Amino acid sequence: MSFEPKLVGFLCNWCSYTGADLAGTARMKYPPNLRVIRVMCSGRVDPNFVLEALARGADGVLVLGCHPGDCHYSEGNYKCQRRVPLTKKLAEQMGIDPRRIRLEWVSASEGARFTQVVTEFTEQVRALGPLHLADWTFDSTSADAQLAHESR
Amino acid sequence: MAKPKLALYWAASCGGCEIAVLDTELEILKIADFFDIVFWPCAMDFKYDDVRALADGEITLTLFNGAIRSSENYEIAKLLRQKSVVLCAFGSCASDGCIPGLANLTTLEAIQRYVYEDSPSTVNLEKIRPQTEWTVPAGTLRLPRLWNTVRTLPQVVDVDYIIPGCPPQPDRIKEVVAAVMDILKNDKPLPPKGTVLGADVRACCEECPRKRDVKKLKKFVRPHEIVQDPEICLLEQGMVCMGPATRAGCGAKCVQAGVPCRGCYGPPANVRDQGAKMASAIAGVIDSDDPAEVQALIDSIPDSVGTFYRFTLPSSTLRRRQP
Repeated sequence: MSFEPKLVGFLCNWCSYTGADLAGTARMKYPPNLRVIRVMCSGRVDPNFVLEALARGADGVLVLGCHPGDCHYSEGNYKCQRRVPLTKKLAEQMGIDPRRIRLEWVSASEGARFTQVVTEFTEQVRALGPLHLADWTFDSTSADAQLAHESR
Repeated sequence: MAKPKLALYWAASCGGCEIAVLDTELEILKIADFFDIVFWPCAMDFKYDDVRALADGEITLTLFNGAIRSSENYEIAKLLRQKSVVLCAFGSCASDGCIPGLANLTTLEAIQRYVYEDSPSTVNLEKIRPQTEWTVPAGTLRLPRLWNTVRTLPQVVDVDYIIPGCPPQPDRIKEVVAAVMDILKNDKPLPPKGTVLGADVRACCEECPRKRDVKKLKKFVRPHEIVQDPEICLLEQGMVCMGPATRAGCGAKCVQAGVPCRGCYGPPANVRDQGAKMASAIAGVIDSDDPAEVQALIDSIPDSVGTFYRFTLPSSTLRRRQP
């Protein structure tokens, strides 16, 4: 069975979410791998949203906002444009391939572009494979077994 | 009435928290007078068996400093949890992992290879590594096992309160101890479980006396590269100051001495990941809309994980570097 990546998308309310809606109402086809979370602005996407999605089982995170110059709040997407590269840098230093995080601009009229971005990103993450975070949780059962073994 | 029992322990730590306790000066005499100190390996002669001999819940308060990075740290954490009514993560190592937690940027194997084989001053032709078990005629000797991943105290046992800081400032320790004595003497109610003691809920910037205006950064500098203005916000002068993503409580001592905040009090209330919050704050104030220029500025921050997560890597969202 081929690997189906789990993707989380943070879509801005004013452009990209409407663009995704347009793709839906126009019955355009795209992979079902993206779980969409609507945010008021791509500038609302805190780097921890992205890291937390990855830590909780997402294989990739897509951030979509209005094209530069089109932000409903005039500069939120510019902030996002500065935060995402820094988030990618943190992820890379933490051993996570930065290609698992992607920022794209999708306007309200770009339903076709939305499907194209989701398709491309799904294939890219599929090629990267699943993201299993090693040693992430603390398994006290095995730690206790280890301890019991050591203090025989 | 019997004195309440107090225990202090150090796991993976530098000993600075112990010094901070002694830095309470004359207060330490009041502490020793009020409490019966039953365990304090750094300062007094006790054995682990002395703790094992106590009844469950016999220790009123345990101040536990140090991160959990070996089977010994974990074993004693569990033991002290069992024997204590109130277990307090004392200092940044116990609460957030701190400097020992930066080991999570590499692996145990890489650390041991460097220490026992590759470091310039080491001659180890047979590549001998420490063993956790060794049999001699008299029997089998055992040493604790180091873990690949450093953990915080709240990640391995149930913790009642947190006192942050690297180390917690002596004045704040005095306040906390005075409050504890007051609670015990006058039978007052305990603060809600999980409360962060000896610190503020706000960010370090709130305590900082420097002038803040508009933050617009075109360049990041390190403290030795410029002549500082003594009154203006260090972040506005281009230094990566962790103040906006750090809990207040220390009195903003470093920034008043011209050193950017390093973030030792951990994230403020309601912030889960200190490094991500700092990344958010600092990216927000970069003064450029050109992607190439933004990338160049970001690349000029040396060791971004080591800087933003200097004290909180094990308690952060990602916890460790992936192999």
